[in-house]
Amino acid sequence: MLDTKKVGSVMIVGGGVTGMQAALDLADSGYYVYLVEKSGAIGGAMAQLDKTFPTNDCSM
Amino acid sequence: MTLSEVTAVTGIAGDFDVTVKESPRYVDVDKCIACGACTDKCPKKVDSEYEAGTGKRKAIYVKYAQAVPLKYQIDPDSCIRLKKPGACGFCEKVCDADAINFDDTEKIHQINVGAVVLAPGFEAYDPTDAKVWGYGVNPNVITAMQLERYLSASGPTEGHLVRPSDGKPASKVAFLQCIGSRDENLCGNGYCSSVCCMYAIKEAVIAKDHVPGLQTTIFYMDMRTHGKDFDLYLERAKEESGVRFVRCRVNGVETDGAGGDLRLSYVNEDGRQIEEFYDVVVLSVGLQTPKHVLELAKNADIKLTADKFAATSDFSPVQTSREGIFTCGAIAGPKDIPQSVVEGSAAAAAVADLLAPARFEFTAEPSFPTEKDVSKEEPRIGVFVCHCGSNIAGVVDVEAVEEYASTLPDVVYVERNLFSCSQDTQDMIAKRIQEQNLNRIVIAACTPRTHEPLFRETLKAAGLNEYLVEMANIRNHNSWVHGATPDMATVKAKDLVRMAAAKVTYGDSLKPIGVSITQKGLVIGGGVAGLTSALNLAEQGFEVHLVERTETLGGNAMNLKHTWSGEHVVTQVTKLIERVLAHDKVIVHKEFSVTHVSGFVGNFISTITGKDGTTKVIEHGAGIVATGGDEYTPKEYNYDSITKVVTSVQFDKLFELKEKHVKQSRKFVFIQCVGSREGDSMYCSKVCCTHSVQSAIALKKENSERSVYILYRDMRTYAQREALYKEARQLGVIFINYELHGKPKVTENGSVIDVEVWDHVLHRPLKIAADMVILATAIRPKEDAAELGKLYKVPVDGHGFFQEAHAKLRPVDFSTDGMFVAGLAHYPKPIEESVAQALAASARAATLLSKKSISLDAIKATVDEDYCDGCALCVDVCPYHAITLVDKVGADGADGKIIVVNKAQCKGCGLCQGTCPKRGVYVAGFTMQQISAQIQAALAV
Repeated sequence: MLDTKKVGSVMIVGGGVTGMQAALDLADSGYYVYLVEKSGAIGGAMAQLDKTFPTNDCSM
Repeated sequence: MTLSEVTAVTGIAGDFDVTVKESPRYVDVDKCIACGACTDKCPKKVDSEYEAGTGKRKAIYVKYAQAVPLKYQIDPDSCIRLKKPGACGFCEKVCDADAINFDDTEKIHQINVGAVVLAPGFEAYDPTDAKVWGYGVNPNVITAMQLERYLSASGPTEGHLVRPSDGKPASKVAFLQCIGSRDENLCGNGYCSSVCCMYAIKEAVIAKDHVPGLQTTIFYMDMRTHGKDFDLYLERAKEESGVRFVRCRVNGVETDGAGGDLRLSYVNEDGRQIEEFYDVVVLSVGLQTPKHVLELAKNADIKLTADKFAATSDFSPVQTSREGIFTCGAIAGPKDIPQSVVEGSAAAAAVADLLAPARFEFTAEPSFPTEKDVSKEEPRIGVFVCHCGSNIAGVVDVEAVEEYASTLPDVVYVERNLFSCSQDTQDMIAKRIQEQNLNRIVIAACTPRTHEPLFRETLKAAGLNEYLVEMANIRNHNSWVHGATPDMATVKAKDLVRMAAAKVTYGDSLKPIGVSITQKGLVIGGGVAGLTSALNLAEQGFEVHLVERTETLGGNAMNLKHTWSGEHVVTQVTKLIERVLAHDKVIVHKEFSVTHVSGFVGNFISTITGKDGTTKVIEHGAGIVATGGDEYTPKEYNYDSITKVVTSVQFDKLFELKEKHVKQSRKFVFIQCVGSREGDSMYCSKVCCTHSVQSAIALKKENSERSVYILYRDMRTYAQREALYKEARQLGVIFINYELHGKPKVTENGSVIDVEVWDHVLHRPLKIAADMVILATAIRPKEDAAELGKLYKVPVDGHGFFQEAHAKLRPVDFSTDGMFVAGLAHYPKPIEESVAQALAASARAATLLSKKSISLDAIKATVDEDYCDGCALCVDVCPYHAITLVDKVGADGADGKIIVVNKAQCKGCGLCQGTCPKRGVYVAGFTMQQISAQIQAALAV
């Protein structure tokens, strides 16, 4: 590879449960994270759910 | 960055330039305090996206009450002012913070990053156009997401399930499965959405909880509950909750009369045309890729599959067709929450692999305000009582609890919150601590197991020691279990609050304990999962020890032929093994197993013993259990006595070798669920349906004259595997459904094997004279999994698979810090899911290994040197071997003994404290004074 430059930051596109997990793990292991979300707030579809299997915890 | 979209990605892996378009919010986020005055005044109402159309929002709104960031936004498509300059503008007038900015404009950002992760999610299929379901015509036909909102305490009906047409309580609810999935005629989505069977069952069970006597029926084609513990839940839904299940495809939904009732017609399993009436019909809508994600895929220049999901390889399931761009979640195929969370971590691992040299380039440590010394202050307790939506407030009289709490000694402030855990409430609590000068906090809400860390952070943010908070669990220990007796539950909630307040009164400021970390990993098991984890950690720059019990690497995968998407398994696994063996940071220990473990997170010491008896000691900061599973050896279907009855794996070998008998056979019968989904093995082995369908396709493709039958209970070719099921049917493979009470009978009859089964289409028993019978055998946990579990203090579940810390949110973590799980050791799964989980385990391990030290909880055994006389009674009772006895020279110069506690090994269980006859040892945060105050509070009413 000619250009071996590696930038220590990451862009995550989507602030649902999967994007947030990726963002947290990357931030926790030493990378700068840009979390880009299309709507006005993060949380994604899971935030709309009432309760989840199996613990019946509220999804929020 | 909210309201933002990626419009272009240029550059190469490691060095991308991304163009992000940020749409105007028309509200200044730095000024907005989310007081809500604007939304109260806003005259424009539209359907709320968050409420899935069941409720309204204003043109200026927050997405939902717990939104992050909690900042208002104006929807330009409905705002009167933005559409007509000079009009309306009420929000601007009432905003004291001066946060409204109608002149806000779109901004374009250019951002330089090393990698991009695409996690844009899915959209639910919109059934309006399909017409036959009556959606959009009869208001009592709703989607599953709308039902979620109706069932939610924060939803439009505050959790009451009513008929949308007239608000009357619902009494009969039907769920129709596969709406927008497995249906190429109406919607063009041929694939299975994977999650709808399970969510429909969950919703049916919860709806029945909400409305006593509610009748729920789920109409389905195949019940696809293939995830961990899903089948157990299905059985409970049938047996305990009384949810009715009907296998059929409903023809359509029609309105019956003027009352809003709904008529369903379907053909039942006996072939009869049936009509039934319901007052609510829930459409279990599928997942699909939205238009804006197709646009994103185009902008990012990545390839898609025929089903319009991101194309990935089964051996690198989060890598797109473009290097340096990764995916996670539903963009790469419909999947549930645990798998999405796994993939989130997996994408993090894949990114870290690529960008390892640039780790810590741009990061900084978080900072908190200086901690206030409260040791000299009188206690000033603040009590926060949580409604948890209706979880608590639906049973407990929270207002009475609030009032009662304010009468308790030293309590100076009490407040109720709808959700104490939401970001805005967190900020509010921090504000109250400062405003009211609080120095002790009681949170009357849920369990400290999940939420205490959050509230500790809140205290830290407010400059208070994080251990000055006590939780009263008035949900799990109270409202959830005493729902039938609300008055007594309220009394108990008061008791719990009183006890918590008494305890926290004597709380001390405690300091977390710093522990250095051995920045090395240990991976147990050299199958696909273990190899993947080890390689990823090594690529991230960490030294890894890979321990494999046998003499060969590769595990079960070496017996497999092709993944569901057709990749050759052995070729790929061989490549993986070569990369692992060639890597200078991976140390492979073949024919070794773990025999002894000591230490703790960051500092494990594992002893491994070889077949020849040699031992090695490995120090490591984190460990990954990837010990795999075993194939079940059938006892049924005369597998022992009939040579032409074989297992799927045996059949693959015979087929590949073009064995004479396979070549000559004309009739093949596959039997599914052999050892799965019955008795003590009430779980789905997840891979067998797809495996048999693939084998059947191969047989038909080789010779279309062959007759191939698959006898199944539910065909679980989930997600995009559905295409294989369709292909098999097109090739003429005959699928016959059987029920558990009518299992096929297999007997030898001369040169053929008679297979008898009830045919549901012909309504009569069918006898197939087969040449060969192939049993789709279950995946079993390793027999000695529990033994290994004991060494690392990690649990196995009722079936013997390793138990993760949380089914949804911590799917690869163990409850023991520093230990992680991946692959078949956790639950049966196909290769791409094992690989994703293995990557996820590496990412989670790397969050530890990338640090030189971590801080541990301060709730630890502490020696009181004045009282400990070295009797050593506590040494033997400590289950974590954290206490040792040492020599001590007393104040008078005499020799004596005293105990010392290894704080990193101590779990704060308190056995030592309970055993000590002299009060020589106590657990910080649980002093005798605190416990005694709590007990007195419990007894004194």
